[in-house]
Amino acid sequence: MTQSESGTLLVVGDQISTELARTLDLSGRTWHDIRFSDQSLSTIPDSHWVGAIIDLSADPEAGWSVARNLRRTDRDPIRTLVLVSGAQLSELEHRDDLFDDFCLTPFHPTELEARVAHLLASAGPVATKSEVVMYENLALNLETYQASVSDQPLDLTYMEYELLKFLVQNPGKVFSREMLLSRVWGYDYYGGARTVDVHVRRLRAKLGEEHADLIQTVRSVGYRFGRSRWKA
Amino acid sequence: MREQQCDYVLKTASERGVRMVRLWFTDVLGNLKSFAISQNELENALNDGMTFDGSSIDGFSRVQESDVLAIPDPDTFQILPFGDKDAAEARVFCDIHHLDGSAFTGDPRQVLRRHVEAARDEGLTFYIAPDIEFFYFTPPQPGERPAPLDFGGYFDLTTRDVTGDLRKQTIRTLEQIGIPVEYSFHEDSPSQQEIDLRHDDALTIADSVMTFRHVVREVAAAHGVYATFMPKPLEGVQGSGMHTHLSLFTGDENAFYDEADEYNLSPLAKSFTAGLLQHAAEITAITNPTVNSYKRLVPGFEAPVHLSWARNNRSGLIRVPIPKRGNPLATRLEYRSPDPSCNPYLAFSLMLAAGLKGVREGYELPAEADANLFELDDKALGKLGIGQLPQSLSEALYVMERSELVHEALGEHIFEWYVRNKRREWMDYKTHVSQFEIDRYLGTL
Repeated sequence: MTQSESGTLLVVGDQISTELARTLDLSGRTWHDIRFSDQSLSTIPDSHWVGAIIDLSADPEAGWSVARNLRRTDRDPIRTLVLVSGAQLSELEHRDDLFDDFCLTPFHPTELEARVAHLLASAGPVATKSEVVMYENLALNLETYQASVSDQPLDLTYMEYELLKFLVQNPGKVFSREMLLSRVWGYDYYGGARTVDVHVRRLRAKLGEEHADLIQTVRSVGYRFGRSRWKA
Repeated sequence: MREQQCDYVLKTASERGVRMVRLWFTDVLGNLKSFAISQNELENALNDGMTFDGSSIDGFSRVQESDVLAIPDPDTFQILPFGDKDAAEARVFCDIHHLDGSAFTGDPRQVLRRHVEAARDEGLTFYIAPDIEFFYFTPPQPGERPAPLDFGGYFDLTTRDVTGDLRKQTIRTLEQIGIPVEYSFHEDSPSQQEIDLRHDDALTIADSVMTFRHVVREVAAAHGVYATFMPKPLEGVQGSGMHTHLSLFTGDENAFYDEADEYNLSPLAKSFTAGLLQHAAEITAITNPTVNSYKRLVPGFEAPVHLSWARNNRSGLIRVPIPKRGNPLATRLEYRSPDPSCNPYLAFSLMLAAGLKGVREGYELPAEADANLFELDDKALGKLGIGQLPQSLSEALYVMERSELVHEALGEHIFEWYVRNKRREWMDYKTHVSQFEIDRYLGTL
């Protein structure tokens, strides 16, 4: 066993199924489980995990919130596998940055074992995407959270930054308000889709007259980032 | 969420080389208060808050419990576009707590937070869009009357318009810090401006109003002029109001809209309006907080005097604007009495409390008053059952003191302090012998 495989695996879920517990035990993994309901969830220590399994099937909202927490930039990244049911596959869309692999539930023990082995074998730093995302003269540095237009800093609040990051990473695609709410805010946000509208407005204000049209309203659908190619 | 936000704030502060972070909060009278910490202290402040002696802040602690805790709201962390570019400054709004961590009862932001959260528990989000009016003047010498910078009127586009340039720069600054502006124009009176903010949730807008007043004054001061939110600085012309557009949403639905109704108003909108009308007099000492406020609330200057509502009658207290293209999302009420000298946290809290009381108790909305009420005499108004707003600060305080609604909505601490403080203001005014009296009586009596 390599060193990275010998540490403890973090397992998070609503309930830890006996099937999951048995599979991990039989494959000789050391693991530690935390339930969504546990108080300790908000302060997962970041010392010794070799990887994480998050079971989304009972409560995707809680699961993604844990995944997001594990990807915070101030901690060592933890390679993450998520468990989803076949009906929940759409949960994975536009969340590539939150997990490294997934496995469908109910899972076959051999498959899960193989995926976990693969997850841990490829451990080491999480393959981060390019640290700077550009669109025309708009740049976002994902490492430092800094945004700029034409080399002038753009001073955003956290949610404005998160929204802009999501949009810049997915140019040209039309997103409904609901999709943006669930992917950027992570559902638990109160206030519904109107929240998206007010944040888009604040972002446009900060982008200034020249760049406000980078975020386009698609009538009765939602928003799209990027300029129409016909205008340029 | 808070953890990620704090992480973001700390990283941003360090990346942008922020030297000073200004911790902002608001006293009971609605003045912006601030103390600065260095970037090194920021993490500590976000985690544990910063202790300060609140006893010298208007309406805060009584002396025996003077220390309070300011806990920054990381969602409001914003780098300010003023000052030295190489030594950036940021501001963050704070909630004030007792040292044991409980919400401090003298903090207006906590009062609004409590109301907004109570509405949220009932599934309602409270949205507000304020239209803020103010004047520019050349800095007056002591004893002098304020001098306007121009003599333009409503919507005037004057050439080499100084106030127009000031307004433009103010708007650019506001947008830079994330306060979107919907309209702006030269208002009716000389040197008077109006800037209308886009709607947002009530707490964000209250913060924005505080920031707005600061930005307007900063930009003006940088140009050697003086901006004022005094409600009636010039006699004989219109004063400055803060017409406040209100709506309630249930998720993504406008709870004020009903397609089937002839006014497109839902039963909830109607009883909310009725609640506001019914309790308007009680909340006026907060929405119109100064002696001077009542010199604006007189007939003839487009300010409301009567407790009435209508769709397109600007002489009433509440207007129900007809939305563009019948857009259901734009259905709203415009509450027209508040002026921009008020404490926005307390004013919005009371508007929400008054409206929701109407909703909970199923108040009936009186008939629309579509006549120009300024042309009717008291007898005709009485027949229509239309009362008046308080005519002076004293009258407003008299009604407020007897209001269970206001007492409950503000909490004992602020209620008691506010009435005491404003009674004193009234006494100071009452004992003052004005130029009016000298001119009128000295020679003839």
